[in-house]
Amino acid sequence: MALRTLNVAPGFMRFMPKEYQDLVEKGPFGRQIKVTDLGTFKEVLEEHPMCEGCAMAFFIRLSLAALPNPEHTVMVGTAGCGRLAISQAAIPFVYGNYCDTNGVATGLKRGLQIRFPGQHKDVVVMAGDGGLSDIGFSQVMHSWFRKEKFTTIMLDNEVYGNTGGQESGMTRKGEVVKMAPLGKQFEKIDMLGLAQTSGVAYIARLTPTNPSRVFSTIRKAVLIAREVGPTYVQAYTSCNIEYSIAPEKVLDDARQVEKERYGFVEIMSDEAKAYLERIDAESKA
Amino acid sequence: MEKHAKQRVVSPEYMFFEAPRTRHFITGSEAASEAVRRANLDIAIAYPITPQSETMQRVGDLFGEGFLKDYYRAEDEIGAFSAISGASRTGVRCLTASSGPGLMRGLEVIASWPGHRLPLVFLIMCRVINAPLSIQPDNLELAYMLNTGSVLFHAENQQDFFDYTLASFIISEKCEVTLPVSVAVDGFFVTHARGWVEMPSAELKLPGRDCYNEAVPMIDNENPPIRIARDAPIQKSNFISYQMHAAWQQEIHAAQERSRRWITRYMGGLLEITNPDAETIIIASGSAVSQSREALRQAQDMGHQVGLIKIKSLRPFPVQELRQACQHAKRIIVPEFNCVGWLNREVRATLYGHTEAEIADGPRVYGGITMPTEMILEWLLDAEKGGQ
Repeated sequence: MALRTLNVAPGFMRFMPKEYQDLVEKGPFGRQIKVTDLGTFKEVLEEHPMCEGCAMAFFIRLSLAALPNPEHTVMVGTAGCGRLAISQAAIPFVYGNYCDTNGVATGLKRGLQIRFPGQHKDVVVMAGDGGLSDIGFSQVMHSWFRKEKFTTIMLDNEVYGNTGGQESGMTRKGEVVKMAPLGKQFEKIDMLGLAQTSGVAYIARLTPTNPSRVFSTIRKAVLIAREVGPTYVQAYTSCNIEYSIAPEKVLDDARQVEKERYGFVEIMSDEAKAYLERIDAESKA
Repeated sequence: MEKHAKQRVVSPEYMFFEAPRTRHFITGSEAASEAVRRANLDIAIAYPITPQSETMQRVGDLFGEGFLKDYYRAEDEIGAFSAISGASRTGVRCLTASSGPGLMRGLEVIASWPGHRLPLVFLIMCRVINAPLSIQPDNLELAYMLNTGSVLFHAENQQDFFDYTLASFIISEKCEVTLPVSVAVDGFFVTHARGWVEMPSAELKLPGRDCYNEAVPMIDNENPPIRIARDAPIQKSNFISYQMHAAWQQEIHAAQERSRRWITRYMGGLLEITNPDAETIIIASGSAVSQSREALRQAQDMGHQVGLIKIKSLRPFPVQELRQACQHAKRIIVPEFNCVGWLNREVRATLYGHTEAEIADGPRVYGGITMPTEMILEWLLDAEKGGQ
């Protein structure tokens, strides 16, 4: 929402719900939020129906707080746990059909460019590993081939969490989950490699263990998508229900997975690097 | 100055009824793309399939000439239909198209457009549904389109394809409609054959989409309220959720009903009647109307009085008009270019309890076969055929 539409007509503010008043007065709109600001402002996402200890909910909260211009951002999601939280946020959210995130995002971005050529409108796809690497795979790949200028964020819990724990393409080989009664028979899909081959301008893989890193990664991904090309962020967001992780152990698990196999990976094109340096220099000037 | 820059915006009324028209002998694909040239279209998303491709590649040429602001070839029909839904949510004027197998591939998306309340125009160049593989005209796919919630027209010829397409943009974007409008024609018979089409000057174009005057907010972050999970799922298992979903579905069909007024204004009604007093009546849509027109002429030459009802709008269906028109009918036949006889079912359901007429279960051709006028005549004149 552009800032002018955030403010209600004079005299009406006192009739608005407290939550709305807080968003106007103490929200993140129109200013740059730092990770250290968390807890001091009204976040766009506070309440959600995710499970206790859900790493995905935590990652979504951090990502939404990290958006460079939430007032000009549209989120796109699909079936899966993530959208239960994303749809509660004070950011326009599109939930279309199965598999359609990156097609819908393409149309949104192009339509917004036609109507608002002088204003960056950020389109961010945020969906699960099943939504992006299985059913939505073709549209993800083709949006990258076409160099569509929006960000794709995969909430990788390595399973179909929302439908009750079935194998996805991002499940690790050998894991025994539903629909993989003998253990998964093939490797986790190498989405990072596919993104590189497709010429994605900024690629990152991370876990939610380090909020500052989540902030800078999301911010870079959204900014680079404005001018350079498609960006892709893949985040390990464990399903503590299906993988039987105690809620208080979720971040321990994330640290362990990060150390053992997920790591923090960042791959940037030269053009993306130059763009970031340019806007950093401009912001300091 | 480029041609597109010279175009002058005129009202739909002027474009449809008042602007002087000139006659052109062109194909259906050319007629559709000439409608697009005058439609003030923002974006078209294409994916090739015969017999649709020619129209959408011509639309691509229009983009090259500057008549559209954006255009691309998508990865497949699901990709094209998904992306056009994203574009429509932002408030720009949208077009896509498909045929037979492509339409079936994208059906989940097509059936979701009305629920998302997305104004756009969808051209359907009818083709056999596989298998076996064929590219021939057969309009079975319209049986699937009938219950998607989309407004659905069936154009008879090249002139209709021009007129209906142009009118569809305006009807689709009316506040009380805010629905996709689909315009079907029979492939090849219309798309690849030439016919006379009267068109207003290419220097005219319709007014652009007025997206803030529609039934739902745009996803553009420019209109309050700030929380617009417009497309949020309603999946809780409780009575509020059930009621919300039920009401939403009812509203789609109510919106379809409300389009009647605009179809009447811009397209001269949902049906068209020739010889209203005849007791033997042909009811048809699409290119079956053209064949029926010729059969009617031949029947008249033979001294038989025959009526013809051309159904222009399949959704909404002209229920009252059809009942009125068939009040005195004794015998009705429904020529169709498909195996299942979807129009026959519509006619029977509509006229049940409202007519004494015998409704023949045909004639029908399918798989791409043309319908000889002799076949229509045979069904018209042989009362014994009815039960077969």
